[in-house]
Amino acid sequence: MDIDLILRVYPHFLKAAVLTIELSVLTAILGLICGSLGAAARLSRLKAIRFIGAAYVSLFRGTPALIQLFLLYFGGPQIGIQLDAFQAGVIGLGLNIGAYMTETIRGAIISVHKGQTEAARTLGMSRWQATRYVILPQAFRLMVRPLGVNINALIKGTALVAAISVVELTYTAQRYIGSTYKPFEMFILAGVLYMIIIYATGRGISWLDKKVRIQ
Amino acid sequence: MGLDFSVVPGFFDVIMQGVFWTIAITVAAAVLSFFGGIFFAVIALYAPRVISWPMKGFEWLFMGTPLLLQLFLIYFGLIQIGIDLPAFVAGSLGLGLHFAVYNSELIQTSILAVDKGQMEAARTLGLSRGQSLRYIVIPQAVRDVIPPIGNNMIALLKDSALVSVIGVTELTLSAQLAIGRTYRPFEFYAVAAVCYYIINLGMEAVLRRLERRVQASR
Repeated sequence: MDIDLILRVYPHFLKAAVLTIELSVLTAILGLICGSLGAAARLSRLKAIRFIGAAYVSLFRGTPALIQLFLLYFGGPQIGIQLDAFQAGVIGLGLNIGAYMTETIRGAIISVHKGQTEAARTLGMSRWQATRYVILPQAFRLMVRPLGVNINALIKGTALVAAISVVELTYTAQRYIGSTYKPFEMFILAGVLYMIIIYATGRGISWLDKKVRIQ
Repeated sequence: MGLDFSVVPGFFDVIMQGVFWTIAITVAAAVLSFFGGIFFAVIALYAPRVISWPMKGFEWLFMGTPLLLQLFLIYFGLIQIGIDLPAFVAGSLGLGLHFAVYNSELIQTSILAVDKGQMEAARTLGLSRGQSLRYIVIPQAVRDVIPPIGNNMIALLKDSALVSVIGVTELTLSAQLAIGRTYRPFEFYAVAAVCYYIINLGMEAVLRRLERRVQASR
């Protein structure tokens, strides 16, 4: 283990880790937006909208995230979408994780007992009121933990943007492996930083989960 | 520059070769991850601590880091210690190990959930500990986790696109080769996406049949 080398290059890795965090946060926000819209679409009363939601989930979960990213970044200009690598990374990964989050959010909503809607409707609430004041507050509690699993996958998934040359952790590790021929050291350095990010996120999710759970 | 799919048929062979290698590496890595998962699970649960603790560290490291990073480690790391494996072997090894760790987590929980009486009964009948595991406990444990392992295999198919970065000429890299000659990224990535989608549907159908058979054997 070449400690001197690690001490020499770690500042670059820290900078890259910051970019990985930025990517993760933006992707998570976009993913949550897409996931909420997707879940709403999948639970819609209109068949056409349900179909759009189902197609979104099926297409984005049925093909590799890497291909989606390449299609957006390299193929986008052909259909008039010009994005830089970072933007393409956030949008591509966000749409991808959004499809997984759609299923998580939908799962949480449909696992709230049916009697809850019926009771709320009987009390004279409109369909929207029943959803807004009775169903969603209960569903939120159920979705925190599984969304945490999605976010964990998302953080590791940000490594994919290395393939379109965003200088995040994996790209940095790859570049230093190429120039120093020390794959193990670089892996440990990047790996430790990933695990710190994932561990901290996991703690945050657990905290939130405990906070919203009814004792 | 608009879209022009008329260039695609000329690369039919290249794409089909990519499809073949994608299926090949998915199957190779899936088999490795299945048996590797059982192996890791047994070690984590039954081996002495000198072996099981480093094993847990290894699992922890593999679950907490991106697959792409692990592929770089395996590919370049093996070269560094003088083992120059073909990209296909390094790729299936990386994919297989990554998913073996995830399968191991599932199988561990499942082994612990098999009723204790099964092991006790097997031991009473004169089977050794290893035999009881091999013939009584593990088959029951594995049967219970076929559906989630199937989900991991589908994830593996999609993650097989990553081995293109270490030079395995599977579907993604085949598409890139075609793009290199035609400068038509949208068309070929779209074609690759369609191929993945179809393979994915086929795999889901096979897994559903397998699940039904396993259910029937209960």
